[in-house]
Amino acid sequence: MNMHYSSAGGAHRDNLAKGETLLQVDNISLSFGGVKAIQDVSFDIKKGEIRAIIGPNGAGKTSMLNVINGFYHPQEGTITFRGKERRRMRPHVAAQQGISRTFQNIALFKGMSVLDNIMTGRMTLQKRNMLWHALWHGPAQMEELEHRAAVEKIIDFLEIEAIRKTPSGRLPYGLQKRVELGRALAAEPALLLLDEPMAGMNLEEKEDMSRFILDVNHQFGTTIALIEHDMGVVMDLSDRVMVLDYGRKIGDGTPDDVRKNRDVIDAYLGVSHDD
Amino acid sequence: MFYREAGDFKTSYAADQQTFPIKSERWLFWAFIAIAFLVVPFFINDYWNKAVLMPLLIYAMAALGLNILTGYCGQVSLGTGGFMAVGAYACYKLMTAFPGMDMFSVVILSGFITAGVGLLFGIPSLRIKGFYLAVATLAAQFFLVWMFNKFAWFYNYSASGQITAPERTVFGIAVTGPSTTPWATYLFALTFVFVFGWVARNLTRGRLGRSWMAIRDMDIAAEIIGVSPLRAKLSAFGVSSFYIGMAGAMFFANYLGAIEVTEAFGIEKSFLVLFMVIIGGLGSILGSFLGAVFLVLLPVLLKNIMVGYLGWATDLAAHVQIMLIGGLIVFFLIAEPHGLAQLWRVTKEKLRLWPFPY
Repeated sequence: MNMHYSSAGGAHRDNLAKGETLLQVDNISLSFGGVKAIQDVSFDIKKGEIRAIIGPNGAGKTSMLNVINGFYHPQEGTITFRGKERRRMRPHVAAQQGISRTFQNIALFKGMSVLDNIMTGRMTLQKRNMLWHALWHGPAQMEELEHRAAVEKIIDFLEIEAIRKTPSGRLPYGLQKRVELGRALAAEPALLLLDEPMAGMNLEEKEDMSRFILDVNHQFGTTIALIEHDMGVVMDLSDRVMVLDYGRKIGDGTPDDVRKNRDVIDAYLGVSHDD
Repeated sequence: MFYREAGDFKTSYAADQQTFPIKSERWLFWAFIAIAFLVVPFFINDYWNKAVLMPLLIYAMAALGLNILTGYCGQVSLGTGGFMAVGAYACYKLMTAFPGMDMFSVVILSGFITAGVGLLFGIPSLRIKGFYLAVATLAAQFFLVWMFNKFAWFYNYSASGQITAPERTVFGIAVTGPSTTPWATYLFALTFVFVFGWVARNLTRGRLGRSWMAIRDMDIAAEIIGVSPLRAKLSAFGVSSFYIGMAGAMFFANYLGAIEVTEAFGIEKSFLVLFMVIIGGLGSILGSFLGAVFLVLLPVLLKNIMVGYLGWATDLAAHVQIMLIGGLIVFFLIAEPHGLAQLWRVTKEKLRLWPFPY
């Protein structure tokens, strides 16, 4: 299967080569009143890799994703995305720059069909304004059809053709997760953030989802940062793993490095089954 | 049996996206429109025009507007009456300030003026949600009505405080004022409702509509996907007020001819239109029309049955009518909480398979 993104709209192309730094996070500290969610964490995400963030509950993983896509504003530190440093940013601006994400607890638009949900993912790529839409026939419809074609490719890719007209609220959990991935993919992101994409799934659904994540990474070259608790999945999928505990970074490196790291074993992994 | 999609294949995305994807439905719709435009004007009389068709069309327009805001974008508004008043007074000021202007332009300009006012009152929606926003729009309702009473400039310093529509024409035919004919006002309102009903459908099916629905269904996820809440909410307020303003302008100029603001555009108007939207179906263009049909036609029908048929006293009939309508609203909301449009959708799903259960 050889797939490319459509030419419709301005996909978030950049001239970074694989392996160059896409996102650089420097000395981020985030606190809510007295609660220090993230303390002085630095890490980077290289283009084309699958980067996992793991750690026990409450370690600050989701907060870190929220910082990256502009939902939380850290008190200290800088984030450099594609060479541009930014401090405060609204989430929809981050989306326009090419960061999209899925959520820990599904955040689909329940009243909309699967097709509309995924079309919404292309929000940032569509340009026609209200007046063209009022007329519909002409430019607005042309644009809609172009994006529809791109969305249909994603629907094919995720194998959800049969449910494209179904309201997303009616779907079973596993499919909703898949639709949410489709919605995030539709934005043709430079960086895709996945917050526990496999939470609550059975083995088969996990296998499917893992395959989709790998395929996205291989076929589209999308850089992925993911949070996941299933260690088997994390170690198999990711190129590099960062470990957080109580808001601090306690480990960073390849899955093998992390697995051997004493701090990580103490804080999170426990005694390895292999030993 | 008569409603079949078998054999009705789509070979392009354009065909798949059309408003009425099923052939029989398309025919039904255009036949209905043809009758409304070509047949009804020849048979219309003053009673039907004033008691049934004009209020139906005008409330349908207002319900469309409110449905865009509340049904599609999820922002509850109780300011509909106030915004209709803005449309009416804008219409009056335009008619008196520019006597040469034709009525089409007047109504559309009134819509734009109301859209501006709506944007202003939409700003709080960026901070507050749900019931709290409803209360904020309630403030708009009372403030606007108060304003039109307080400042005599709005009613051109007339002694009664009323505003009265002078005669204005479209293509040389009077559509406002005392010398109108029923068919002229009917066709005028019908044209507006048809054109802007279509525009509402276009706006809601594309990018803009999806940004509204995304904000409605999950605003945080919408923002993270790239929907700007500011633009989505304010555009919904603007478009919604545009429709409601045009409805207000026609309510005043074409339908009643003379109004007094407290009486015509009080809080009960806001509730009436909100009920139409809820009963018709939130987030549905068809629902806006069905809601207006339900709440405009039913009282007329009940009154005719009770007074005309059964010969009851008018006051008794009026009270029974209020109770019956209240009861029916409750009944329909229990039977189908998503409104009449959903009822129609379910019926269609059943018809598709009829006579088999599945």
